[in-house]
Amino acid sequence: MKNNKPIKISGAEAVIRSLLAEGVDLIYGYPGGAIMPIYDELYKFQDSLQHILTRHEQGAAHAAQGFARASGRVGVAIATSGPGATNLVTGIADAQIDSTPMVCITGQVASHLLGSDAFQETDIIGISTPVTKWNYQITKASEIPYILAKAFYIAKSGRPGPVLIDITKDAQFEKINFKYEHCIGIRSYKPVPDLDIDSIKDAAEIINNAKKPMIVWGQGVILGKAEELFKQFIETSGIPAVWTILGLSAIPTSHPLNKGMVGMHGNYGPNILTNECDVLVAVGMRFDDRVTGDLENYAKQAKVIHFEIDPAEINKNVYADVAVLGDCRDSLEKIIPMIKKGSHVSWINRFDSLMEIENEKVIKKDMFPKKEGLTMAESIKAINKYTKGDAIIVTDVGQHQMVTCRYANFIKSKSNITSGGLGTMGFALPAAIGAKMGAPNRQVIAVIGDGGYQMTIQELATIFQNKTAVKIVVLNNDFLGMVRQWQQMFFDKRYASTKMLNPDFVAIAKGYYLDAERVSKRNELDAAVSRMLSSDKPYFLEICVEKEANVFPMIPTGASVSDIRLS
Amino acid sequence: MNTKETYTISIYSENNIGLLNRISAIFLKRHINIESFSTSLSEIENVFRFIIVVNMDPDQIKKIILQIEKQVDVIRAFYHTDDETIFQESALYKVKSSSLFEERHIQNVIKKSHANIVTVSPEFFVIEKTGFRNETESLRRDLLEYGLLQFVRSGRISVTKSKMKISEILNTFNKK
Repeated sequence: MKNNKPIKISGAEAVIRSLLAEGVDLIYGYPGGAIMPIYDELYKFQDSLQHILTRHEQGAAHAAQGFARASGRVGVAIATSGPGATNLVTGIADAQIDSTPMVCITGQVASHLLGSDAFQETDIIGISTPVTKWNYQITKASEIPYILAKAFYIAKSGRPGPVLIDITKDAQFEKINFKYEHCIGIRSYKPVPDLDIDSIKDAAEIINNAKKPMIVWGQGVILGKAEELFKQFIETSGIPAVWTILGLSAIPTSHPLNKGMVGMHGNYGPNILTNECDVLVAVGMRFDDRVTGDLENYAKQAKVIHFEIDPAEINKNVYADVAVLGDCRDSLEKIIPMIKKGSHVSWINRFDSLMEIENEKVIKKDMFPKKEGLTMAESIKAINKYTKGDAIIVTDVGQHQMVTCRYANFIKSKSNITSGGLGTMGFALPAAIGAKMGAPNRQVIAVIGDGGYQMTIQELATIFQNKTAVKIVVLNNDFLGMVRQWQQMFFDKRYASTKMLNPDFVAIAKGYYLDAERVSKRNELDAAVSRMLSSDKPYFLEICVEKEANVFPMIPTGASVSDIRLS
Repeated sequence: MNTKETYTISIYSENNIGLLNRISAIFLKRHINIESFSTSLSEIENVFRFIIVVNMDPDQIKKIILQIEKQVDVIRAFYHTDDETIFQESALYKVKSSSLFEERHIQNVIKKSHANIVTVSPEFFVIEKTGFRNETESLRRDLLEYGLLQFVRSGRISVTKSKMKISEILNTFNKK
């Protein structure tokens, strides 16, 4: 059937045909009363549109996010009205702050019941407004094709984000003449600002004359599919480059100009040198407070050049001497020919010598511990050994996340999937399901703490039912480790509600019929990781790590980046 | 530097029910009090205009405008100081009719204020006054002693001295 020939179908079928027209072949969701007409159509279309039943709507939202982050496509999650819709909200908020393209479709009570406090009625439009890029309630089936076309256009264009479309039950039943046209523009919405060649020239001149320049890149490089251009940009200019947590994996870990992570648990050199560089070039990043620390003492000595797609980010936190608006793929392409071939040998040596200090004070102890207990870092080292950097690593939130991002090796882009801005515990397990389905040929490893794991542990059933070959590593310290670390450092070791009495995680995984094992000894670690990674099935590995270890370096909240602590 | 000033924000937008919520959330999230808020059709068919009055730092207002413009359904947002706009507010005053006849002085108050009498009934009469805040406010104070039964003041409405160029923006889109 051609999409442009009108046919008479139900609103629910129109939803499915709209999704197919957008190239969607996989969605995540959970059925319920107000979305049953759509599920009925999903049953009929199951050959062309696969639906993955998660065990909680939050799982559906995070799975859609994981899918989007691994594949670069729009993730789709659907749920019923009321609690189904509100359970999506955490995933939507996460997608909003981490700029993940996602379309959520929720059922709603019939339009004549709106506002009557009907069964499972909730104002999801009102609730989701602050955490969506756009949202809309459909009450007439005739709106479905063009509103869904608009939803996909908004979700993926410009700075991506989540869109929620709420559809009343009567609109799902109503018959319409269906005709689908892709959205190609909205008059009130300019997804990508025009390139200003003068700002690019100004930026090039400053970069060419810089003595101690530093590049900080973020997820914009990945979202803009600008990894190759970015690599050319740093190689031509010879400028050391450092990353925010969401920028990780855009260029390989081993790239000689990749000098590590900035921010609260970032590397020593990048943080210290932020306050010594003469030019700071920010590419597709938004100066989050976890990156900048105290803004009054952040790169005050430097000229700041900010490559950014979202005009609202310019001067929001850090004043930009030169703002280069636009998609960084376009602006990098324009600026590269203007950049003089450069090298900054002695400046780069500063990064290397500070890395040597970090290595002595922190990394050696983490990676090659003399103590008996296993560390999180050596668990990641074991993963690196067998993946050779070629795996998607999905992390949750907390100590394990910081350790993984610090130590995991990457050779391909879109390989680091984590909840950055929102810091959503419970993200990793469902996001890993989505990532594996979005990149089925890649090894996907979820690294999770024992706390976050239990927030969405029910998704083990989704893994079992769909035979999703994700590898789950729980780094278990029987604590909410990051909070415990703060309690130790800033609250005189008053461990309020951070000690966890945990269940038998291996038995639980086995209860879901997954292969599962536990290690707690150093001499068993490599073999266990190897067994897990060579399995072609889902696999659970619990690694019992030292209980009261801390993540360093660390910039205490409110302190300056240059006050980073090594212990 | 950070001294607060009164700004009139003008937002041109599509007619989307949810937009009001989206815009008020931008202020709510940052604890910015909205002094006055009004919305109506604009000079362009199907384009709506919000007029919002706020007290803010000069730095803060620029960021707020960008956050507002970031909303998909917003065409453009502008901010202006009082010098750059022509603005008015309307007020209605409901007073006991008896005072009009018993208190001769009230007639002078009304005459002096250039207010209009909208309606008169045996029980009450209603006065309308359009002007600056201090003008509607001083009439309110003057009428208090004669038994003000009801008082209401509208949000600010304003037009700018400079051109808005919304039609041009929309035309550029249509040409693409």
